[in-house]
Amino acid sequence: MKALVIAEHDNQKLKAATRALVTAALQTADQVDVLVAGSACGAVVTAATRIAGVSSVRFADHDSLGHPLAEALAALVLTISAEYEFILAAATTTGKSFLPRVAALLDVAQISEITAVVDRSTFVRPIYAGSALATIRSSDTIKIMTVRTSAFAEATDAAVAAPVAALEFKPLAGKATFVSENLATSSRPDLAAARVVISGGRGLGSAENFRLLDKLADKLGAGIGASRAAVDSGYAPNDMQIGQTGKVVAPDLYIAIGISGAIQHLAGMKDSKVIVAINKDAEAPIFQVADYGLVADLFTALQEMEALL
Amino acid sequence: MKILVAVKRTIDAYVKVRVRSDNTGVDLANLKMAMNPFCEIAVEEAVRLKEKGLATEVIAVTIGSDKAQEQLREAMALGADRSIHIQAGDELEPLNIAKLLKAVVLKEQPSLVLLGKQSIDSDNNQVGQMLAALCDMPQATFASRVELSSDKVVVSREVDGGEQVLSLQLPSVVTTDLRLNEPRFKKLPEIMKARKKPIEVVTPAQLGVEIKSHLTVVSVIDPPPRKAGVIVKTAAELVDKLRNEAKVIA
Ligand SMILES: Cc1cc2nc3c(=O)[nH]c(=O)nc-3n(C[C@H](O)[C@H](O)[C@H](O)COP(=O)(O)OP(=O)(O)OC[C@H]3O[C@@H](n4cnc5c(N)ncnc54)[C@H](O)[C@@H]3O)c2cc1C
Repeated sequence: MKALVIAEHDNQKLKAATRALVTAALQTADQVDVLVAGSACGAVVTAATRIAGVSSVRFADHDSLGHPLAEALAALVLTISAEYEFILAAATTTGKSFLPRVAALLDVAQISEITAVVDRSTFVRPIYAGSALATIRSSDTIKIMTVRTSAFAEATDAAVAAPVAALEFKPLAGKATFVSENLATSSRPDLAAARVVISGGRGLGSAENFRLLDKLADKLGAGIGASRAAVDSGYAPNDMQIGQTGKVVAPDLYIAIGISGAIQHLAGMKDSKVIVAINKDAEAPIFQVADYGLVADLFTALQEMEALL
Repeated sequence: MKILVAVKRTIDAYVKVRVRSDNTGVDLANLKMAMNPFCEIAVEEAVRLKEKGLATEVIAVTIGSDKAQEQLREAMALGADRSIHIQAGDELEPLNIAKLLKAVVLKEQPSLVLLGKQSIDSDNNQVGQMLAALCDMPQATFASRVELSSDKVVVSREVDGGEQVLSLQLPSVVTTDLRLNEPRFKKLPEIMKARKKPIEVVTPAQLGVEIKSHLTVVSVIDPPPRKAGVIVKTAAELVDKLRNEAKVIA
């Protein structure tokens, strides 16, 4: 049984999500290969060879894969898909975009955002914004799935590096072209990898007030997230949204500030180890999932906490 | 230029669902149903493109039981011109949905297909991408801005790191994110007008699509409950607990 894992990276660094993918893949298959598709991504390939449990690293290095389109990634995976019983990608915006194409062209189902492997054909995934967990059995010969990487431990490094093999990649005659990208640059930890996440909601009241979270985040080395209401109101950029339709995080500590706790928000954070809620409304649903709740004005609480840390 | 919009009947986004006691699924009996919020955004976008004179006709399509015609009426009240109802079960797998939509694409030859990025019930986030692949059309998922011209569509996408812009040759497939637009309020005259707009009813067999099942649901359960928390009285008490009890901060 062989599994192919598609690496998450930014051409310079291998993302931790890849390690979680390897862990998930090792629960299904005896042999796990990693595919790195990118441009000038040598360092990523090297990092992937060191992950414990990886049998080999295959890579395609091409200019046009610097900003890989879903069409190109799917085409590349299809050149080697016949060798594998399992194909796994992270449930990121990249994985979500290309993997369903692979499944459709192989005429098999995709199982989205699995959080557990029961056996080689049975997987668990949340549905209805995490209101329920469905156990799904696949009858396909190739199982294709995206993985909620926060639900799997990160594979560590091994002593011996896995072998590397280059793949040929022919760029497609482009019906889709990359135009531009505007990526957030932040010195803060990536939300997916942060050990502590502080999230702000509509209760912050303005973009200016939202910046008040910075000081606390600096002290705790935290990533900053936001509710949809905070993003829609322009307090925070969209890449900070946590929830059913944003990012899913499971840090050691999640601090929700001025967030009511709608089911769509809970979907993105309720598997955090310790949850703190600060809200002036004692009835806010966020308190139902909080390990520690503080019913208080958030502006006062923020000031007091900063002084104590 | 024709725009095809796929819509799905789902539970209302603000209704709480319960897992059935026999663990075969969730209990939807007597719950408020609505058009999937992302589909509504897709319909709104299509109608706006028509209002700007960039499209000539907006066709809504749904796959489901007869009840799903309510959502086609909603789409037409928002401004879609006509609808297609593919009669099938309510819980088809995304690949089957994509194959049925492909059959409609082949028949209607739209320049643009708009879909929601995911439905809030099964949360699969697959159909648009599968449809694009099966039709060999370029795709842009998670759209937050759509600029249509006669031969291409330029789409801003919400990606994990920020924003990305793609240019797609028509015909193409675009899936919508939350911030693309805010659907209009449906006015009574529009709702009345929508009642007279045509709905064509077809079956998968008439479209030449065989429905195949790839997945079975073994069980559906409640997520494990979190253990009850405590309410602290002050920020000082909170910091103390985080430091000395939970040991998550230094
Ligand atoms: C299809 C769909 C998808 C969605 N996806 C997401 C998603 O991915 N993520 C997400 O977050 N939401 C999502 N939502 C929206 C969700 O339903 C809620 O509307 C949203 O989470 C509310 O954000 P909020 O808690 O910041 O705002 P509100 O619900 O308005 O809550 C603000 C809170 O701040 C508190 N507050 C105000 N002032 C103070 C103060 N001075 N001190 C202390 N507390 C204060 C209030 O008591 C209140 O509880 C989605 C909705 C839909 C329909």
